[in-house]
Amino acid sequence: MSLAEEQSVDHGAEAFVRFDKVQKSYDGEILVVKDLNLDIPEGEFLTMLGPSGSGKTTSLLMLAGFEPATHGEIYLGGQSINNVPPNKRGIGMVFQNYALFPHMTVAENLAFPLLVRKMNKADIEAKVQRALEMVELPQMGGRRPAQLSGGQQQRVAVARALVFDPKLILMDEPLGALDKQLREQMQYEIKHIHENLGVTVVYVTHDQAEALTMSDRIAVFEDGIIQQLSTPDDLYERPQNSFVAQFIGENNKLHGKVSKIAKGVASVDLDGGGTVTAAAVNVSAVGERTTLSLRPERVEIEPAKGQTENAITGEILELIYLGDHIRTRMNVAGNTEFIVKVPNSAGNKPLAEGAKVNVGWQSMDCRALDALG
Amino acid sequence: MTDATLSTTGAAAPLLAADGTPLKEKLARTTRRMKMRALLLTLPLVLFLILSFVLPIGQMLYRSFNNPTGSNVMPNFAQAIKNWDANQGIPSDDLVEIFVKDMASAKKNREVGKTIGNLATRVNYEIPGSRSLFTKTARRAGKITEGPYFEALVKIDKRWDNPNVWRTLQRVTNDFTLSFYLAATDRKYDSSGAIIMADELYQIYLPILWKTIWLSALITFLCFIIAYPVSYLLSTLPLATSNLLMILVLLPFWTSLLVRTSAWIAMLQKSGIINNVLVYLDIIADESRIQMIYNITGTVVAMVHILLPFLILPLYSVMKTIPPSFMRAARSMGASNTYAFTRVYFPQTIPGIAAGTLLVFILAIGYYITPALVGGSDGLLISNLIADHIKKTLNWSLGAALGTILLVVVLLFYWIYNKLVGVDNLKFG
Repeated sequence: MSLAEEQSVDHGAEAFVRFDKVQKSYDGEILVVKDLNLDIPEGEFLTMLGPSGSGKTTSLLMLAGFEPATHGEIYLGGQSINNVPPNKRGIGMVFQNYALFPHMTVAENLAFPLLVRKMNKADIEAKVQRALEMVELPQMGGRRPAQLSGGQQQRVAVARALVFDPKLILMDEPLGALDKQLREQMQYEIKHIHENLGVTVVYVTHDQAEALTMSDRIAVFEDGIIQQLSTPDDLYERPQNSFVAQFIGENNKLHGKVSKIAKGVASVDLDGGGTVTAAAVNVSAVGERTTLSLRPERVEIEPAKGQTENAITGEILELIYLGDHIRTRMNVAGNTEFIVKVPNSAGNKPLAEGAKVNVGWQSMDCRALDALG
Repeated sequence: MTDATLSTTGAAAPLLAADGTPLKEKLARTTRRMKMRALLLTLPLVLFLILSFVLPIGQMLYRSFNNPTGSNVMPNFAQAIKNWDANQGIPSDDLVEIFVKDMASAKKNREVGKTIGNLATRVNYEIPGSRSLFTKTARRAGKITEGPYFEALVKIDKRWDNPNVWRTLQRVTNDFTLSFYLAATDRKYDSSGAIIMADELYQIYLPILWKTIWLSALITFLCFIIAYPVSYLLSTLPLATSNLLMILVLLPFWTSLLVRTSAWIAMLQKSGIINNVLVYLDIIADESRIQMIYNITGTVVAMVHILLPFLILPLYSVMKTIPPSFMRAARSMGASNTYAFTRVYFPQTIPGIAAGTLLVFILAIGYYITPALVGGSDGLLISNLIADHIKKTLNWSLGAALGTILLVVVLLFYWIYNKLVGVDNLKFG
């Protein structure tokens, strides 16, 4: 790998990829990426997750070398790559539309990075064949990309990014064009390839399910800033702010005002009436406005007395039968989009629309976050 | 394969619709109305094409090898000389008698296309300077009342003793003739009837045809050199800028051809803008102003400018479809900018290049107005000669033969292109 002759930086030694105070603006007026600090260890599968316009793709393009950083340094293997052109970075990339060259066969596409490296013909053939076998398309070398299905094109694109043995692979929404079933299958395949080869992967997506399935760690982007950087379970169960809670998984929001904070537990007076307790995550003072975040599967209907720390009465507005569970939309403390997932298990009392029922949850399952949103 | 499927379906009972009629028949019946209506809608276009395109071109093609002047003027003689053996040299007196009688009656004919003058012109194409022979003879033909007719003719003009005159007459009175194609390719019949090249001094059509082809190729090449970067800019610049650029490309395209050509005259002529600026800047002396117009340079410059949009537009439409991720992908795999361009970008623009260059070449090879205005005598192309023959010399058959040759050349290039690029690969947008 050829890198810039810049000095190796000590603090970049641990991380394989490091963004250090990176900022990016296209027009000199708006910062698309505000202050990106991110360390990615070697071999990690890191996902940049966020809505469109959150700065995740721009960050990826800066890492690939297609966009210069307006401020800050990007390190790869401990050395700054700000002044290294994309073709000298040795980073494999998979694009959203696959970017397979339509005028070349699949084998020629795979051979492209090897030809650039002036490898000899026999080695190229062997490597191309091995790459095709890795993505389970050993017979497809002679086809043109247009003759392949979407899923097959996707596999070829992955194989092409891997064939020259890069240490780092970037993927920019690579599964966006596939249908749901194929997308799920490809998620597992990419995950397995990552596990088998041990390469570092930086993956960009706006699909939170995809991010949860595949990643070691997820960086949630919004407004040019990483809102939270954690493992998938952490992100889902312990969101640090309202945006993350709302963006990852299904979430019930309750607005209110903090009336007491003690030992990490906050008492909150709900705007719709009633007082509940919740884990104090993002609140610091009494009187502060807060948004409570509560996962639908952590809410119980008609809990036995004393079984849950919180209990409040709500009205059932809508029942949607989904086989394994019944999705129940309720009005709880003024929130008419309050969702409860009632498991379809034996002995459950049948629910009726319009009925008033008690709902309850444990304080630690409910998180008091910032009031935003 | 079709046979096999037919026989297998034939063996089984044919598929029936719900009411018992065979499915195929039912399908044909239901779609017939739609087909008829579609056909009716295209009928005006078909008629228009036949009247404005197929018929005139067909007539032109026909005229290039069919010229009935000889048989119109001398119907009996034309019939009689058909089976005459040209190797006899001088025809029999019976034949000459028919000739003299036809001459005499043609002299009285005033009908357009059937006068002695028409015949004299027609023979004059074949034997330059023979016009007077016919007009003179025709004036006196009425006075020849008895044989021997041949001696009488020779008495009027010695040239009748030349076997070549009779051989030519036999050819001219035959409606179907190759002589216009021969003339159009600078060939002629010699006195023995063999086909030879015309004298070098009279060779004009082939050199002009070659000049037309290589000038068209040069113009196409220059257009390509200019159009490629422009199209690239058009397809990659941000929308606002590229729209402005597109207007700059299209504005001259929408301006009258005549205006654009005249503008070049104002630019390029000896007292024109470019020369004035050069003189003003002391780059050239006032007395050595450069001749840039009324020669090949003028034709090339004006035609490149006029034909440029025909290359830019198809190129642009092809480049627009190439996403930037292709170049990025190539770069990420280690290719330098040049390598990525030559291996990834350029090959994908070939359909556009093919379409554009083919279009420009075909347009250039038949271009008329611009070379006529700015070409002087050097920069004339084959179409200018065709127009001359149609409008000035009124030798329509020769014009038609030249036109046909031009058409064949264009089709030939189209065929070569098809072999090289494949016509289904062409993309006009």
